[in-house]
Amino acid sequence: MGFLDIDNATKSYGAVEVLHKVDIAVEEGEFLVLVGPSGCGKSTLLNMIAGLEDITSGEIRIKDQVMNGVHPSKRNIAMVFQSYALYPNMTVGQNITFGLEMHGVPKPERDKAMADVAKLLQIEQLLDRKPGQLSGGQRQRVAMGRALVRNPDVFLFDEPLSNLDAKLRVDMRTEIKKLHQNLGTTIVYVTHDQIEALTLSTRIAVMNGGYVQQLGTPKEIYDTPANLFVATFMGSPSMNLLPVKIVAEGDTLLAETTSDAGAPVRLAVHAPSDALKSFAGQTVTMGVRPEALTDVDGADQRSTHVERFSNTVTVTEPAGSDTFVTTTIGGVECIARMRADTDARPGQPSEFAVNMEKAIFFDPKTEDRIV
Amino acid sequence: MSIASQDAGIRTGRVARTFIYLVLLLFALFYLLPLYVMLVNSVKPLSEITGGGMMSLPQVWTLEPWAKAWSTAQIGVEPTGLRPYFWNSISMVVPAVAISTILGALNGYVLTKWRFRGDTILFGLMLFACFIPFQIVLIPMAAVLGTLGLSGTTAGLVLVHLVYGIGFSTLYFRNYYAVFPTELVRAAQIDGAGFFRIFWRILLPSSGPISVVCVIWQFTNIWNDFLFGASFASGDGAPMTVALNNLVQSSTGVKEYNVHFAGAILAALPTLLVYIVAGRYFVRGLMAGSVKG
Ligand SMILES: Nc1ncnc2c1ncn2[C@@H]1O[C@H](COP(=O)(O)OP(=O)(O)OP(=O)(O)O)[C@@H](O)[C@H]1O
Ligand SMILES: [Mg+2]
Repeated sequence: MGFLDIDNATKSYGAVEVLHKVDIAVEEGEFLVLVGPSGCGKSTLLNMIAGLEDITSGEIRIKDQVMNGVHPSKRNIAMVFQSYALYPNMTVGQNITFGLEMHGVPKPERDKAMADVAKLLQIEQLLDRKPGQLSGGQRQRVAMGRALVRNPDVFLFDEPLSNLDAKLRVDMRTEIKKLHQNLGTTIVYVTHDQIEALTLSTRIAVMNGGYVQQLGTPKEIYDTPANLFVATFMGSPSMNLLPVKIVAEGDTLLAETTSDAGAPVRLAVHAPSDALKSFAGQTVTMGVRPEALTDVDGADQRSTHVERFSNTVTVTEPAGSDTFVTTTIGGVECIARMRADTDARPGQPSEFAVNMEKAIFFDPKTEDRIV
Repeated sequence: MSIASQDAGIRTGRVARTFIYLVLLLFALFYLLPLYVMLVNSVKPLSEITGGGMMSLPQVWTLEPWAKAWSTAQIGVEPTGLRPYFWNSISMVVPAVAISTILGALNGYVLTKWRFRGDTILFGLMLFACFIPFQIVLIPMAAVLGTLGLSGTTAGLVLVHLVYGIGFSTLYFRNYYAVFPTELVRAAQIDGAGFFRIFWRILLPSSGPISVVCVIWQFTNIWNDFLFGASFASGDGAPMTVALNNLVQSSTGVKEYNVHFAGAILAALPTLLVYIVAGRYFVRGLMAGSVKG
């Protein structure tokens, strides 16, 4: 039993099922991020936890209490909305204490709680202003203050940072993370930004088309994605996917492809699984993250298994800290992440290193990872 | 809005601008002329009017026609002037406007934020009320008022106007609340506010402009109504419009045009006042929703 249990929860609008048997158990103090492309059902799931949408079938429990049919205000949850949803006719102070007032908390206690939260979020000087007189970042803080003041069991965030500019978004991201570390609250957080998901979460649920594609820690999701969807959705630039032929040669298993000059590129698979061995003779999809495809000097020093090959560079994109190099392997454009001062030049051949410890393989038919 | 009109203003030349203002001035004069006629004739003795000086300013200024229209003119059996009928109208218009506005706001709130199966159809049916000609309902309405025991009473008249007014007030508030962010309602629900609390504390405080529009609209319509007043109110209970008609139509004695003019202005005064006080909100409210920001 978790702290927040989503037990085979399904949601239908009429005959259309938009969420299919979602099953997630969230532990106390966890930071769960629901991530996925637009329309995959993240907000719907969050609203079901909040009680703003009915649960068509299945159960949602908070602290082992079944929440189906329980009014939102009785669930001891707080929610931060994408638009912040601050009451325009009330001051910041009134916005923050409205929930307490509705729950019949006496005024002196309300004022104390408000002062504490205002101090925590550094919005003390804004308490008498109306939401219309605040900047985006300040509104964001007030919205979080309104959630924090209730001291709820579960915090729900629906894309809280998507209305902020890039710099502020990064700042607020750090701030939310700090807040979580200091307060140790249980958070369910919706975003379609995979970087936000990776940086904030203790666990991620990657969703697509109403299905949870994978549930796991950020590292699991990033290093061992369950299928091609998760592999390409998470990470930027996204994972390189090469068609390779699996060849068994004695004890070693080789992934074979061709360089752009037509020469064979043969990469020994690191610690091949039995499942992969059974694909010998067939073509599978090999996934390599850009940071596992580097220049020779930039290869991970701690890796025990690095393979090399030579190929022509097509494009170089210096990005300050790194240079992204595009090259065509096996007819597919790949992106390699090289050191900033790499001597790779467009049109020139260059030496590439593949960290085979990080290479993963997918069955091209089912699109699932071969384990 | 304002930017667009400014741009247009910059582009139009001076000659064109002068021309536009001249035309506008002409229109304004055209519309103000009847008001002028009414005003000047209400403050001169009858002899000056019958002497043929309709357009000229009074030679002798007098407020007597006003006093007479207000308190001594013969309208019903007693020479009471328009005063009692004015209060009839007030006691009809205030509850009718207040209740229809509040009910319209509640309807709009439910139709946009507490959607239910068939709500669009219901709203469509309510809109029908805006298009049914008054004459059609006269006889059924009389029957209903009779059954309720409200025939010939001010309460009955209030009910009639209420029923007719709800269509419009619902339309106004529904369209206004349709663009009101639903997330605010959801946030308030999570905060623990119930149906009425959300309405009073969150929606109504933000409904200023549309309430003004609704009040002006209802006030003007109900105050100026003649047909229902003539049909459903009896003698002493008649509203201002009916009384004014009786004053002007009275066949006994000479026609006191100056008194008639004063009476007509008295009858129009409340609506005029409402427009002057709340007019700028009216325009602002009509724009709300159509233009973002
Ligand atoms: N009231 C509704 N009636 C029918 N379908 C709906 C309704 N609300 C949402 N949906 C559908 O449910 C699916 C999930 O919607 P949801 O709002 O949860 O997406 P989301 O993952 O939050 O997307 P976004 O990132 O764009 O916010 C969508 O395909 C949407 O069309
Ligand atoms: Mg959403």
